[in-house]
Parts: sequence; C-alpha cells; structure tokens
Amino acid sequence: MLEVAIEKRLGDFRLDAAFTAGGRLTALFGRSGSGKTSVVNALAGLSRPDAGRIALDGRVLFDSVAGVHVPARRRRVGYVFQDARLFPHLTVRGNLAYGMKLVPPAERRLDFDAVVDLLGLGALLGRHPRTLSGGEAQRVAIGRALLASPRLLLMDEPLASLDAPRKQEILPLIERLRDQVEMPIVYVSHSLDEVIRLADTMVLLSDGAVVASGGVEELMSRLDLRPLTGRYEAGAVIGATVAEPDAGYGLTRLAFHGHSLHVPRLDLPAGTGLRVRIRARDVALSLQAPTGISILNVFPGTVAAIEAAEDGPQVDVLVDVGTPLVARITRRSLTELGLAVGRPVHALVKAVAIDRHNLGWRGTARR
Amino acid sequence: MDLAALAPTPLEMEALGLSLRVSLWAVAGSLPVGILTALVLARRRFPGKTLVNGLVHLPLILPPVVVGYLLLVLLGRRGVVGAWLHDWFGVTVAFTWKGAAIAAAVMAFPLMVRAIRLSIEGVDRRLEDAARTLGAGPLRIFATVTLPLILPGILTGTILAFARSVGEFGATITFVSNIPGETRTLPLALFTQTQVPGGEAAALRLVVISVVLAMAAVVLSEVLARRVARHGADP
Repeated sequence: MLEVAIEKRLGDFRLDAAFTAGGRLTALFGRSGSGKTSVVNALAGLSRPDAGRIALDGRVLFDSVAGVHVPARRRRVGYVFQDARLFPHLTVRGNLAYGMKLVPPAERRLDFDAVVDLLGLGALLGRHPRTLSGGEAQRVAIGRALLASPRLLLMDEPLASLDAPRKQEILPLIERLRDQVEMPIVYVSHSLDEVIRLADTMVLLSDGAVVASGGVEELMSRLDLRPLTGRYEAGAVIGATVAEPDAGYGLTRLAFHGHSLHVPRLDLPAGTGLRVRIRARDVALSLQAPTGISILNVFPGTVAAIEAAEDGPQVDVLVDVGTPLVARITRRSLTELGLAVGRPVHALVKAVAIDRHNLGWRGTARR
Repeated sequence: MDLAALAPTPLEMEALGLSLRVSLWAVAGSLPVGILTALVLARRRFPGKTLVNGLVHLPLILPPVVVGYLLLVLLGRRGVVGAWLHDWFGVTVAFTWKGAAIAAAVMAFPLMVRAIRLSIEGVDRRLEDAARTLGAGPLRIFATVTLPLILPGILTGTILAFARSVGEFGATITFVSNIPGETRTLPLALFTQTQVPGGEAAALRLVVISVVLAMAAVVLSEVLARRVARHGADP
C-alpha cells in the first residue's frame, strides 16, 4: 500500500496531491503539466516536497512533521525514466548490473538471468546504449530498475518517446511484469489506451491536484471527469470475463453484469478477466428493442445522465445497463427520441468496434 | 653529414629530461586539485565564488613574471610559506626543479580547470539521478558515472596543462632562476643559447627538440582520446 499526501511549490505551479494506491499497477493519469512527474520524483526521493507524508507498506519515506526524508538511494524505489537514461559509458550488461551490485545478495529479489529472459535482453548484453533502438533501450532501463530489487517500481511515460510498433513491443512486457513479478507499479501516462490496458486503479491529476482516484472502470464511467479523460476518447470501461472463446463466426463472447458482449475472436481461455473500453462514438441508442439490424450487442438500461456541451452538435448520454455505458449521439436525436434521465433505452454496440487497443488484461488481479 | 652529430648532446638531454620531469610533476600534482576545483566551480554555489574563479584564472591574465615574483615572495627561503616549509620539513623549493614544477603547475592550472569544468558542465545530471535511484551514494556516483563521463575533458585539460608546462618560461626564470641541471628547462636553455654569440645552431637544435616533444604529446593525446571514445564515454 502506497500512501501519498504531498505539497510542493515550483514557481507558479502548486502541487497538492493525496492518494493511496494498493493495486498491482496504478496509473497516474493527466495531461502534460498536471504534475505527474513531480509526484513520481517525490516518490523516488529525487525531489523533496515542502510538506506532507509518503509511506510505502507502512515504511515512512517522507514525513515533513517528523522530519523524515529517506534519501533516494535508500528508498528502494525503482525508476524507469521516459528517456531511458542508460549510462552511455557502460555496456547493457554493465547498466543492468549497476543497481544489482549495490544490493546485498541475500536481499536480491530477482535473478539476473531471469530478468534478461523476461525482457528478451540476451542478445544485447555486450552492446553499448548508443547502438540500441528506443524500444531496446527502454527494455534495458526496465531491467536495470528491476534488478535493483525495488519495493515499488515507478514508470514515467516509458512509451511516450517510442513509435507505435515499439510501443506494441513493450506493452506486453509491462503486462508480464505486472502479472509475474510481485512488485507494485506506479505508471505515469497521458494515454488512455495504456491506462485501460495496464492499470487496475488510476489517479487522475489536473493542475497539480488529485481530482479522483479509484478503479479504472469506475473513473472512466463518470461523466463529471470527462473533461479530463478527454472528449474524443470518451467512453466507458467495463470489467468482463471471457465466457465463450469460440462463439462461432469468428467471435468471442464476453460476459459482464449479466450481459453478453460479442467481440472479434480473442485467443484467450474462458474465465480470463478483461477490461473493455467501449467508446462513446461506437454506442447508439434505441427506444425499442431493435430487430432486423446487424448490431449484435444490445443492452437494455436507463438513461442515468445527459451531458450536453454548450452548443455543439453532440451530447453524451450515460446509460445504466448494470454498469455505466456512454453513448455519443446528436443533439437532434436527443430531441427526437425525447430522451430524459430515467427513461428506458437500449444501448447498441457494434462488435467490430472493439479491437485489441480497447482491451486490457485484468490478469489475476486481486479484486 | 655526420649522423652522430644529429644525436642530442648530454646538455640537450639534460634540458629535455628536466623539462619532462618538471612538466609531469606539475601536471600530476595539480590534476587532483584541478578536478576538485573544477567540480566546485561547476556544481557549487557559494558566496565569493566569483573571487575564487578570478583567483584560479589570475595566472592566465597576469604577466608570468608577476606570478614568478609572487611565488618567490611566498615560497622563497624567507617567504611566508617557504620559511615554514624549510623550518618544519626541511624542504626548499626556491631555485630547485621542484620550484620549477610549482611555477609550471600554477601557470597551467587555469587551462586545466577550464577544460575539466566545461566537461563537468556537459554531464547530464539526470544520469546521476538515475544512479541515485539505483542505490548509489555520492562518492560512488562520482567514481562510476561522473568521472568516466568527464574523462575526455580531463584528458584535454591534462594535455593542455602539460603543453603549457613544457613552454613555461617567465614565471620559472623569475622564481627559480636559470640554473643548469636544476632549473634550466628547454625554453630556458633555448633562451640561454640566444644570449650567447654564435649560439644560433645550438638554439635551432633545441627548437627541433621542442617541436618533436610537442608533436609527440599531440599524437599521444589523439591516441588516448580515440581509446576513450571507443570505450563509450561521451559520444
């Protein structure tokens, strides 16, 4: 359990953040300049807050009242920087071993060879950092942090400086890390895709303050947070399990809250926990249960809230189908259907709208 | 032409050997102080920093004779520091090769500090932050991250200081005079020959020796720099 309550003034910027995180992977989410990196720097001990307290599993790392400030090198908090920051004068092997050598052998939690295997670094050991690609460098940086046997791993936008194919190379590794290594991770990101795919809990930061924190599914369905979670990316995140891996026609059937959601075939065993993002623009609404249409996924529910922008053509409608879904429809449809809070509706979701980018493994997360 | 006549005379060898000894000691002795000074000037903020910076650079802007005279006043047998050295340690530096090394070190010091300071300022301190999160303390970070990264700068500073030391003349002749076999380094020997009627040929031979020595130093520094670069320090 990570407990954070810190204040820090940096010029005109004021950071005042408080949250607790207990999941395997907690995402610190917010726009650039929202204070995400300031928070992780304080967690790592690279910067000292003006006031507050930081504790990890009951061990106080910082407490301004008690005058505690554990120096970075004694915190056992690993840090994967956005820019990898490998030591240019050392080989990959030297970089990996740097932190490991400073940990007494009895306290080492991970074996060198095991980490090399996990991250696929075997072929890179003799290379120098300047000869590595961005993705390779980031993998080495992750391995270097892991081998220092941290009690907490911080990852500050580790994918931000990589192109799309490199991101797809690293994402599964972070998933594996989360599921196979007993080490809580705090993951900084401004990408909702990454958050949904990786995190079970999230902390939403804006202008140096924590706006909300909690389960990813819960936060993503809150209409009041939408200005921060992003209008274009708006949607709901639901927790589902694989019910029927092969439901015929190349489809997989997922179950959530008593409903069935058909998505393109997934190679996953039945019972696998998933997080599914259903984007608001992929959801349509109907007053009657529709017949004779191509849409497979129809969920009856009631209108829970209507969020209209000032005078745009679109409105977002929050529909409670046991769990919240968000539908983005035109203002004209809203009027013509006479939608109002409490009104029963059917939410329609196209199966093909849900692809790999909208899925996150919940793995064996404690829930 | 008699090839044997090309070989350096014992007197020339003496001047060359003395120059090398004086310069090597000057560089070796001032390098640790130079690195420390460069670190302090690059990294620390303290009251009077401008003054310290000015003092370090003084030998670069003062006439060498002034530096030599100041050294004489300070380190001469009756000087403030010199008398103390003589009484307590029985060490005399004035009019000895040790004094010549001190004069050379003082004159070369600003060049050395400048080169090292520039390379320290070029070090990405975020690399040191990364080392901190990996559990390294300040001394270890200096030895395993900072020092390897500034090696090219240290090399440059050392070569510059060495070259400056070999060429030192004004402060040396003022502080330790021109004593054959003790303080008569190459430049002083050359100067002596130019003062003697008919010394042109001997002077020319000393010039050639000086050029060969300088070229050797440059080539050596190139080789070392390449080796450092190959081992990955600062691309």
